[in-house]
Amino acid sequence: MIAALTDVEVDYPRGRALGPFSLSIDAGEIVALVGPSGCGKSTALRLLAGLEGPTRGAVARAPGRGETAVVFQAPTLAPWLTARANAALPLELAGTPKAAAAAQADKALARVGLAGVEAARPAQLSGGMAMRVSLARALVTEPKLLLLDEPFAALDEITRRALADDVLKLWADIRPAIIFVTHNVEEAVYMASRVVVMSAGPGRMVGDIAVKGPLPRPAHFRTTEGFRATAEAVSEALAQGMSGGMAA
Amino acid sequence: MSRLTALLAPTALIAALLGIWEIACRVMQVPVYFLAPPSAIGAALVADAPSLIAAAGYTVSNALIALVVASVLAQGLALVVVLSRTLERAVQPITVVLQVTPVIAIAPLVNIWAGTDHPGRAIIALAVIVAFFPIYSGAVTGLKSADPDLMRLFDLYGATPMQRLLRLRAPSAVPFVLEGHKVAAGLAIVGAVVAEFVAGSGKVQGLAWRILDAGYRLQTARMFAALFVLGVMGAVLYTLLQAAERAGLKWWRGR
Repeated sequence: MIAALTDVEVDYPRGRALGPFSLSIDAGEIVALVGPSGCGKSTALRLLAGLEGPTRGAVARAPGRGETAVVFQAPTLAPWLTARANAALPLELAGTPKAAAAAQADKALARVGLAGVEAARPAQLSGGMAMRVSLARALVTEPKLLLLDEPFAALDEITRRALADDVLKLWADIRPAIIFVTHNVEEAVYMASRVVVMSAGPGRMVGDIAVKGPLPRPAHFRTTEGFRATAEAVSEALAQGMSGGMAA
Repeated sequence: MSRLTALLAPTALIAALLGIWEIACRVMQVPVYFLAPPSAIGAALVADAPSLIAAAGYTVSNALIALVVASVLAQGLALVVVLSRTLERAVQPITVVLQVTPVIAIAPLVNIWAGTDHPGRAIIALAVIVAFFPIYSGAVTGLKSADPDLMRLFDLYGATPMQRLLRLRAPSAVPFVLEGHKVAAGLAIVGAVVAEFVAGSGKVQGLAWRILDAGYRLQTARMFAALFVLGVMGAVLYTLLQAAERAGLKWWRGR
């Protein structure tokens, strides 16, 4: 077990946002959190990142600096820093000497396919490249847990698919546990070894569906029978969670 | 073509207006002390050129000194204030009152404090007062403008408050601070000129004094000549600062 939420509930002034909700992630697992807007999936992610505390329940996570990394929906890069300096930021904040941090940042950038643009500023990069810098920044500390909050939502379909494959390749290299939030069922089934479906807010778990098949995905995985069937099962659970949420 | 039009259109309009002005003055035989024709203003401009340029230099240098002083004070206070919400609340009414009070209303007081022997001090002080607010509010807004997700990232990696300030909040503030300086520079000129008017003595050799002095003597052409220099000076300063802001943003964003 690398991180876990146990019976957590999160209340905001405007009402219950999440829970009760439990989720346990093993090392090297890729879990997709799927649910309708406002079901609290981003809140669950923030709990796991330690950016927020639960109102009730317990959160277990690797507490060390740099052991948990987050990639947000937008690249969230500092526009005044180069790609290298952006990727080196987590190390520099932890006090790593500048030269060593830059060297590791260059390695992380090369790993996400960005060798050669180390000196570019975010404004000079395309949306997909900026997202890769964000990914490099998350990987630079070699985290045990990588949290992705709808990381590809703002990208076009082709870039999305390319990035999904790249993330899986990176995962195969360093095997961090990955939890990612999405409302795209196909993306969830394609990338995850396990899809957790949440009900309409306040979110509860309405489905925990394992995805069979090798990771990273082989070519044409999207057209296989297993993929179709799993996506169908996830959609069904999602629909149930929606109506359940409405009734409640 | 369109660039040429953009340049030609205002030039043509100004030329036409000047022409109408000149003809009207001659046809209606307007007394020259009441309204000088453009030709007389042009002559006054040429004749007074050395002293007008010196006067413009005096006004501009006061305004620029004030801008530097206001810049240091405003950014210093903004840095202190964003560290404490209580302090910000405490300072806010004072800065707002200072900003909304017309500088011309404060000028006589500041003149008394500076003493009649040092009108230059009053001019700089007043220009500082008007230039202060845009830089201050720009810096405060900018320091609070950091991307909330980047803030979370800094939390996640356990950044210290100092790291947060120096590596995130201060750099995030740069575009706002640049904009603040652009506005402040224009206001510093206004402040300097207003203060010169209130000082209203020959000890102050700025452009305002040129206007007052020519006015006392009913030399309207020379008043217009000084006004013209004041206008050109403002436009030049604005253009320079606009370019500086653009260059600053380019440096900040890398594009």
